[in-house]
Amino acid sequence: MSDDEVKKFLYVNRKAPYGTIYAQESLEVVLIGAAFDQDVAMAFLDDGVFQLTKGQDTKGTGLKNFSPTYRALGDYEVTKLYVEQESLDERGLTLDDLQDIQYEDEDDDYAEKPSIIVVSRDQMASLMAEQDVILSF
Amino acid sequence: MATLHTVNRSPFQDQALLSCLRHVKKGDSVLLFEDGVYGAMSGTALSDTVAELGADVSVYALDADVAARGIDSARLLEGVALVDYAGFVDLAANTERTQNWL
Repeated sequence: MSDDEVKKFLYVNRKAPYGTIYAQESLEVVLIGAAFDQDVAMAFLDDGVFQLTKGQDTKGTGLKNFSPTYRALGDYEVTKLYVEQESLDERGLTLDDLQDIQYEDEDDDYAEKPSIIVVSRDQMASLMAEQDVILSF
Repeated sequence: MATLHTVNRSPFQDQALLSCLRHVKKGDSVLLFEDGVYGAMSGTALSDTVAELGADVSVYALDADVAARGIDSARLLEGVALVDYAGFVDLAANTERTQNWL
């Protein structure tokens, strides 16, 4: 593999927001990494699916509500957010409980398309197996 | 006199909440805060177990942490009461001891 080849990066998110710093740090790294023109995707499984829920309101906690940042990822060409169905099911969540996150597809007249792709656990395993680099949070 | 048990870990991540609920005595209180509030949700793979094990205790969830995580109060398990920070202090002050399930 030559140095200038585009590599597939997967950021794996398995922690709930706020209780630990992992979720926020992951977003920081993804946004910084977006400057390097790689093939970037994010995976949300286990408690990581809680990062994407609607209606987060941190006013009472003194913590920064970073959930709107997920909706800005498309502007940084981070347009593939893979969410594991089994992880949603175990937590009583459905796609309706998650934020509506979209990106503009520049190859399709800037049509707005959903960034969230719900996949099975088997599909998640296959996705992980096809990456060049996996960063875990 | 009773004990206040506190849990701040997600029940999907480790066994803190379930171990807590397996060690409580009738009349104790359990306060869920930070990621512990996910244990107060209905409709999850753990809801029935939490409801069953918590039947003889008073279960509370810290309102600010519930709101931060976007959990609608209508989605909390039946019998879970929301408390604010002052309520947390009252619970601690009105029990003989506090046990943190880290």
